[in-house]
Amino acid sequence: MSKGDPAVDALDLARWQFAITTVYHFLFVPITIGLSVVVAGFHTQYLRKRNPEMLRLSKFFGKLFTINFALGLVTGIVQEFQFGMNWSAYSKFVGDIFGAPLAFEALLAFFMESTFLGLWIFGWGRLPEKIHVACIWMVHIGTVLSAYFILAANSFMQHPVGYKYNAATGRAEMTNFVAVLTNKVQLVTFPHVLLASYMCGGAMVMGVGVWLLHKKKATIDRDMYRKAARVGAVVTIVAGLGVAISGDTQGKVMTEVQPMKMAAAEALYTTRDSCAEFSLFTVGSLNGQKEKFAVTVPCLLSFLATGSFNGEVKGVDQLKKELPAQIDAAAQQRGEPLKYVQPADAVFTPNIPLAYWSFRLMIGIGMFAALIGVAVLWLTRKGRFATPRWLVWACIAAPLLPVFGNSFGWIFTETGRQPWLVYGVLTTSSGVSPTVSAATVLTSMVVFTVLYAVLAVVEVKLFLDYTKRGAEPFHEVEQRSDDDTLAFSY
Amino acid sequence: MTLETFWFIVIGVLWTGYLVLEGFDFGVGMLLAVIGRGEDAAETNTRRRLMLTTIGPFWDGNEVWLLTAGGATFAAFPAWYATMFSGFYLALLLVLVSLILRNMGLEYRYKRDSEAWRRGWDLIIMVCSFLPPLLVGVALTNLVHGVPINAAGNFTGNLFTLLNPMSLLGGLTLVAVSLTHGAFYLALKTDGPVREKAASFGDVSGPVAAVLAVVLLVWVNIHTGDAASWIASAIGAIALVVAILANRVRRDGIAFLGTFLAIAGTVATYFLAVFPNVMPSTTDAAYSLTVHNAASSHLTLQIMTGAALVFTPIMLIYTAWTYWVFRKRLTMHVIAPQTDPLAPIDVPAHPAGADEATV
Ligand code: HDD
Ligand code: HEM
Ligand code: HEM
Repeated sequence: MSKGDPAVDALDLARWQFAITTVYHFLFVPITIGLSVVVAGFHTQYLRKRNPEMLRLSKFFGKLFTINFALGLVTGIVQEFQFGMNWSAYSKFVGDIFGAPLAFEALLAFFMESTFLGLWIFGWGRLPEKIHVACIWMVHIGTVLSAYFILAANSFMQHPVGYKYNAATGRAEMTNFVAVLTNKVQLVTFPHVLLASYMCGGAMVMGVGVWLLHKKKATIDRDMYRKAARVGAVVTIVAGLGVAISGDTQGKVMTEVQPMKMAAAEALYTTRDSCAEFSLFTVGSLNGQKEKFAVTVPCLLSFLATGSFNGEVKGVDQLKKELPAQIDAAAQQRGEPLKYVQPADAVFTPNIPLAYWSFRLMIGIGMFAALIGVAVLWLTRKGRFATPRWLVWACIAAPLLPVFGNSFGWIFTETGRQPWLVYGVLTTSSGVSPTVSAATVLTSMVVFTVLYAVLAVVEVKLFLDYTKRGAEPFHEVEQRSDDDTLAFSY
Repeated sequence: MTLETFWFIVIGVLWTGYLVLEGFDFGVGMLLAVIGRGEDAAETNTRRRLMLTTIGPFWDGNEVWLLTAGGATFAAFPAWYATMFSGFYLALLLVLVSLILRNMGLEYRYKRDSEAWRRGWDLIIMVCSFLPPLLVGVALTNLVHGVPINAAGNFTGNLFTLLNPMSLLGGLTLVAVSLTHGAFYLALKTDGPVREKAASFGDVSGPVAAVLAVVLLVWVNIHTGDAASWIASAIGAIALVVAILANRVRRDGIAFLGTFLAIAGTVATYFLAVFPNVMPSTTDAAYSLTVHNAASSHLTLQIMTGAALVFTPIMLIYTAWTYWVFRKRLTMHVIAPQTDPLAPIDVPAHPAGADEATV
């Protein structure tokens, strides 16, 4: 990429802008998905057992939920229009396929989430209890639907299926919508992302629960916070196991559809015929040249990639040689022009150190939350209330760990796909808006970054204030007539 | 009717839904500055809380109409989506920033009991309820007016290209109509002093909006109109006049329905006037984006049609139900006194017991 070429600058900025806004959006998304199900669980439990604690917890975490939801919502609005703003060539090329899931998401999921959340927040005492609880479940179902459709769109970019190239219009056109929705990448990605989001909800409830248990140890509320902490821990652990299992399946699918991503994830340069070792971490450069110090587990990579300890795993060097021709041949077979393939080998690999480390950080810090969950269950077993100092610290970090695990997962998935925007079909550089100047993209990038930073400060402050305060005392939910005082739920 | 035409209409309906629904909550937001002023800080706050409560359960859902319009344009007319949003880049950026700040204000204003905190968010809500209708009005009018588009279908102008007189008038009109629509909504949903002030505000803003709207509609029709768009304009204009008259005799429901139809008539005028183009090019008419050259494939449109036919009625049912649940008028005395949401909680101590854990 030559310096001073304005098109290249706009491209880089557009990529940075997209990365910043999307990662930011996805800090709040998994908390929304995960917390909504726990809040719905608490509320349902109250209805079944009439246990006041459950109502207090559902209102308390419901409040934290709305604080978080607000930011998930506003950052999502930007996402909806970004494709057109910065990636107009891409939008024209794949809109025929990609637009449909996005439109479905809005029509099916967003209306549901926002309408029923309004009903839940303002509905205390106005709706029959059962219907009121159903509303928060509808919110949760809305978030899951939204995840499904948007991930289907993303999976198309990872592994395009159900389309054909139309030479007359110069774009990709849908041939099979069901294939798009049941893309094999989608079928493994959806459970992985959903469960990783449940980890975030669980860890949030666990972390806040332990912290309040510690702070309010001397009060009668400690029993309630202990329960919350344990529920959160169970959710985190169970979801964590599911994430590991689904991640393992994903590794195999990935090796099949994007072998380069797997090689990059391991910084594996030379092909291993069998029993490739999994590297836990490496000190030194990852450019395949120098000797490096690494801690490895024998044969594990072969198993992760192929399901057999003796499977062959291809290295970067070999893939660099064979992939361009393979992708070209496949494109030719589909009748697509070949101009997409980057001739320069160097461009044909993703950023390997980034892929290597983001993959490890995703697994490492994400699964660490599950480990904390085990500690919480152990220390609060059989009516105990132990909160040693290290556990309190761990639980302050706990809500953030799976959230950042999610970020690293996405950074890995998306940068590992490079240089492709739609794998094997459209390169990132040909997707950018042709007539939007670098200055314009820079303006919006700076505006969003500054705005997001300010909002983050406001949100974190509010979040902490509400957390410190703890749950409201119990009030029976009274069915109000409309003439009564209208209390604010938020 | 072809599927392309059908989806063109659907997108018109989605924009109508957006402007009609979010129109009144933009209006309410702007009117915090006018109607939401009491004798003292406490009364001001109560009024504003009352006003914002009228839109509390709805504004988020209202905004989804915009997202759906965006998503549907992407799916049904990818080239339109791509050209419009990359072309109107900076205007859209400003709209997005306003919507972000406004939503944060609506969510966070109650979250802390501090006069400065509330004042700050209130100001943000007012300003950010004003900018989106202004900019959306400018943007939509540009679709009818035409913008420079080259042979490759890309927008070649800049922000100032969009600020032509017709489009600016479009922006101002949308602000005036939203204000009036919001005032009629408040008159319909409240009782007491807010209701009175809202209705008398409508008495003034209504005629202003009507004058602007009539000039705009005539201009648009002369520019590219046909018989159908003239009829739509006439319906819209009559509805607006009826609304103003109804408000004079304080028939809130009819007044609100009137501005509702006026907005619908205006959007219909735009869409009928521009059809079969979606974005006419001022560079060369041959480069215009049309419902045909911007559309998705037949299969995609079929799938989308199926989904829309099944899911839109469901969505409309639960949306209507929400409006039904919160249908009652609100008055000042039903607004509970402001309490500090962060006031310390007094929890009784735990009786020292034998169950104290030791690890
Ligand atoms: C796996 C899930 C997931 C992913 C990958 C994304 N989102 Fe998201 N999004 C959600 C899950 C979600 C959610 C859980 O449904 C949110 C979070 C908070 C919320 O309000 O709903 C949401 C909110 C949200 C909103 C506001 C909805 C409203 O007004 O209620 C929009 C417009 C988008 N998103 C659009 C996008 C786009 C265009 C994405 C692609 C880059 C994207 N999201 C990635
Ligand atoms: C369905 C949802 C998503 C779609 C359709 C999508 C699409 C895209 C597009 C168009 C780009 C720009 C091209 C590029 O710079 O490579 C991109 C890049 C990127 N996306 Fe995604 N993305 C989605 C979800 C996410 C999420 C949820 C995250 C993270 C939280 C994410 C992280 C990134 C990152 C980090 C990049 C930058 C990669 C780079 O520039 O090297 N994506 N994605
Ligand atoms: C043993 C543990 C795990 C394994 C084996 C694993 C495996 C994987 C793989 C192979 C991918 C890339 C898929 C692709 O690009 O095709 C991925 C992506 C991802 N991971 Fe993990 N993962 C694990 C743990 C986690 C944890 C703990 C989290 C977060 C809490 C997480 C969140 C994500 C996310 C958000 C993505 C990006 C979306 C996607 O492509 O699914 N993962 N994971």
